[in-house]
Amino acid sequence: MSVAENLTPEAFSEYLASQERKSFLRFITCGSVDDGKSTLIGRLLYETKLIFEDQLAAIERDSKKHGTTGEDIDLALLVDGLEAERQQGITIDVAYRFFTTDKRKFIVADTPGHEQYTRNMATGASTADLAVLLVDARNGIQVQTKRHAFLVSLLGIRHVVLAVNKIDLVDFSEEKFNEIKAAFETFAHGFDFDTMQAIPISARYGENVVGQSEKMPWYKGPTLLDYLESVEVQSDLEDRPFRMSVQWVNRPNLNFRGFSGTIASGKLRPGDPVVVASSGKDAVVKRIVTMDGDLPEAVASEAVTVVLDREIDVSRGDILVPPSHRPEVADQFAAHIVWMAEDKLYPGRPYILKIGNKTVSAQVTEIKHQIDVNTFDHLAAKELHLNQVGFCNVSLSEPIAFDPYEANRETGAFILVDRLTNATVGAGMVWFALRRATNIHWQATDVTKDSRAAMKGQKPAILWFTGLSGSGKSTIGNLVEKKLSAMGRHTYILDGDNVRHGLNRDLGFTDADRVENIRRVAETAKLFVDAGLLVVVTFISPFRSERRMARDLVEDGEFLEVYIDTPIEECRRRDPKGLYKKADSGQLKNFTGVDSPYEAPEGAEISIDTTTGDPEMHAERIVTLLKERGIID
Amino acid sequence: MAVDRGSHLKRLEDESIHIIREVAAEFRNPVMLYSIGKDSAVMLHLAMKAFYPSKPPFPLMHVDTTWKFREMIEFRDRKVKELGLDLIVHTNEEGVKAGVGPFTHGSSYHTQVMKTDALKQALTAHGFDAAFGGARRDEEKSRAKERVFSFRTQNHGWDPKNQRPELWHLYNCRVAKGESIRVFPLSNWTELDIWQYIMMEGIEIVPLYFAKERPVLEVDGQLLMVDDERFPLDGRTPDMKMVRFRTLGCYPLTGAVESPAATLEEIVAEMLIARTSERSGRLIDKDEEASMEKKKREGYF
Repeated sequence: MSVAENLTPEAFSEYLASQERKSFLRFITCGSVDDGKSTLIGRLLYETKLIFEDQLAAIERDSKKHGTTGEDIDLALLVDGLEAERQQGITIDVAYRFFTTDKRKFIVADTPGHEQYTRNMATGASTADLAVLLVDARNGIQVQTKRHAFLVSLLGIRHVVLAVNKIDLVDFSEEKFNEIKAAFETFAHGFDFDTMQAIPISARYGENVVGQSEKMPWYKGPTLLDYLESVEVQSDLEDRPFRMSVQWVNRPNLNFRGFSGTIASGKLRPGDPVVVASSGKDAVVKRIVTMDGDLPEAVASEAVTVVLDREIDVSRGDILVPPSHRPEVADQFAAHIVWMAEDKLYPGRPYILKIGNKTVSAQVTEIKHQIDVNTFDHLAAKELHLNQVGFCNVSLSEPIAFDPYEANRETGAFILVDRLTNATVGAGMVWFALRRATNIHWQATDVTKDSRAAMKGQKPAILWFTGLSGSGKSTIGNLVEKKLSAMGRHTYILDGDNVRHGLNRDLGFTDADRVENIRRVAETAKLFVDAGLLVVVTFISPFRSERRMARDLVEDGEFLEVYIDTPIEECRRRDPKGLYKKADSGQLKNFTGVDSPYEAPEGAEISIDTTTGDPEMHAERIVTLLKERGIID
Repeated sequence: MAVDRGSHLKRLEDESIHIIREVAAEFRNPVMLYSIGKDSAVMLHLAMKAFYPSKPPFPLMHVDTTWKFREMIEFRDRKVKELGLDLIVHTNEEGVKAGVGPFTHGSSYHTQVMKTDALKQALTAHGFDAAFGGARRDEEKSRAKERVFSFRTQNHGWDPKNQRPELWHLYNCRVAKGESIRVFPLSNWTELDIWQYIMMEGIEIVPLYFAKERPVLEVDGQLLMVDDERFPLDGRTPDMKMVRFRTLGCYPLTGAVESPAATLEEIVAEMLIARTSERSGRLIDKDEEASMEKKKREGYF
């Protein structure tokens, strides 16, 4: 093999210079099963010569084993990665592919088209600037095409290519193409895309993919690659107001304090005034530091370190903004949420929300409506299932700074994370801040929790009893309160059954209502802790998530989980209220342990086995624990 | 010399710096896997940029199989000293005691014991909750679906069906005790991007990447370099050939290519007309179809 014999030094320098001018386009391809997405991407890689000979040999070998194209090379096999999906013949996850031409470097997110994989499409679309929607010329616009267009628009993509594939199978018909194009334009009109380009192609035979097809002289538009190389998607990101979320505080020594982060939008120069969005603290930019030297100006998407002219309080997650163009600061907003987990979204359940570099606790307070992704209809919903999209009110544990997603994809997007499994369960796009949050400020009070507790000579805490119905929670909880009371402690007991007569009278026993039941009780217990009391809570509280939420509401050490560990057989034998009998005979629905799950605690402060000893003894153990923890003397 | 602002390489650089900073900010005990190759060189360079004027707030770790090219080890020790960074070197001592090596035990077993097992041992021993690796999505098919933040179970295994969706630039960094995340800041780089960046940034790389007369023997269609006396010559005499390496690893498992490309410019020029992908120089991938996916499930990078 000879080295670049044909490349003169001049040609080579010219090549390098052209590489430096090369722009960048991220796009996604979406289509239904068998629309030929993988084949199209394989074709683009093949035609831009990014398939090396050894990979080609591997595909030839694979084609014989898995291929769907008979004797031809199946280009889809180049991009269908994992063993499982190769065997099933479908794409099951987002794959990222790269190819490059003299003009642009491309990153393609290949996303699957079936309904259950909406979450993958949302994932691929979140970083893309353009979408290629594939339709099969024989079938025209399908329900899936509408769904893809909707999701693409929801995720903020402004540029769409309608690739009418397999045009060879309808005899390269101009009429058919125009029909599909018109049908698409009719329903996509409402999405308000900035650009929309329809192109008739055959991915399998390469017609109009790279080279102009001779089979369709009636088509005068660009080929797919021509279009992708030239379409202008550069948003006006640099002209929008400056935003930088602080990612890391850079403090190598006492003489240097910088704030590292990636600029989300706008530009920044030394001398510019900035404020911390959430606190309103202001400063002037002194330097923009990089390893390659200080910059006279930094713009959107650049990763920099900013040094300010004075010491102000800035930490990770704070957003630096210009004083004249501030974002919203609120602890409630309305947002579209794409649900991505098997476990349903329940209003009231606490999740971790990450927006920019800020992480807070959050809950959906209300699902305003669910959106049918096929018909775009608004439906009433009490919960969201996997791959459903909802328009929701979200409430946060503290006020944060953000922009509407429409105005800024980086400062208006968030993910929701499950507190227990740590899985990413939802993706959200902020629509607008809810005004009531802006106007209701936390009223600072002069008498504090500590002073209230000190007056009573105790430390406040929650003793959270959890266990099956009939396990002995109320009996033991009651004894504990009696003992504490006899010791002169100030206490209060919140009992599951009693609270359902008043505060939670409106709630039933569905999973969603159980979550809300616990949320209200946890908030009430927190108020009592604030009042300086020792609070005994005796609730079945079957889900770990909600018990975790209650724990997180108060300070470390103020929450003690008491697991009344009585086996279901024993509870059923006791059956003090005759409830198991009813549940077993089907008269009582959603009964914990019978037809509704109980998730036993994993890190309870104390576990009580009631099959040995007596309630008096168990109560004494709990009082001893309080002493050991220094909550009472 | 630095890359031009506004170019695609600058975009890649910014994205990688963002990822590296995110790990430093969110994880308790991160580490950067440093394999001494060109991708590691770029990753390390990006880490130096990400925290400047601070040093990267995590150590480097090299899993030494004891079969690396000698020039790699020399380069590693000099580079780490120059930059003033902490380096952890880990070797599977049980494997050494058992005399495991590619010539005697085959590539597959050697890689399992001296690389995969060794890596798992080291990650467990130090309790790292995040480990940077220099893998790229364009390297191999099963990597194209790899997340930037790749979740691993307590046994360091990778379950392709149980990976977290990754949206925008919002990375979910939460792990339970014992679980960890492998982080790939170079996910969106291609081999050509790596070379162009090395050239434009003037990043120093191991001389083995440049063509030179080296003693080689042909084994099963691959040119292997006779790097030390452990190479079983079986009476053959190595040929001196002008060769270079497109990828670096254990010398008995890393095929050389015949090439006169002795400068970065020549390497990039050669890349542009190359007809084989870089992984073809790595013997471990050829054992079976989808072998990389299998290795990853077991905890390989």
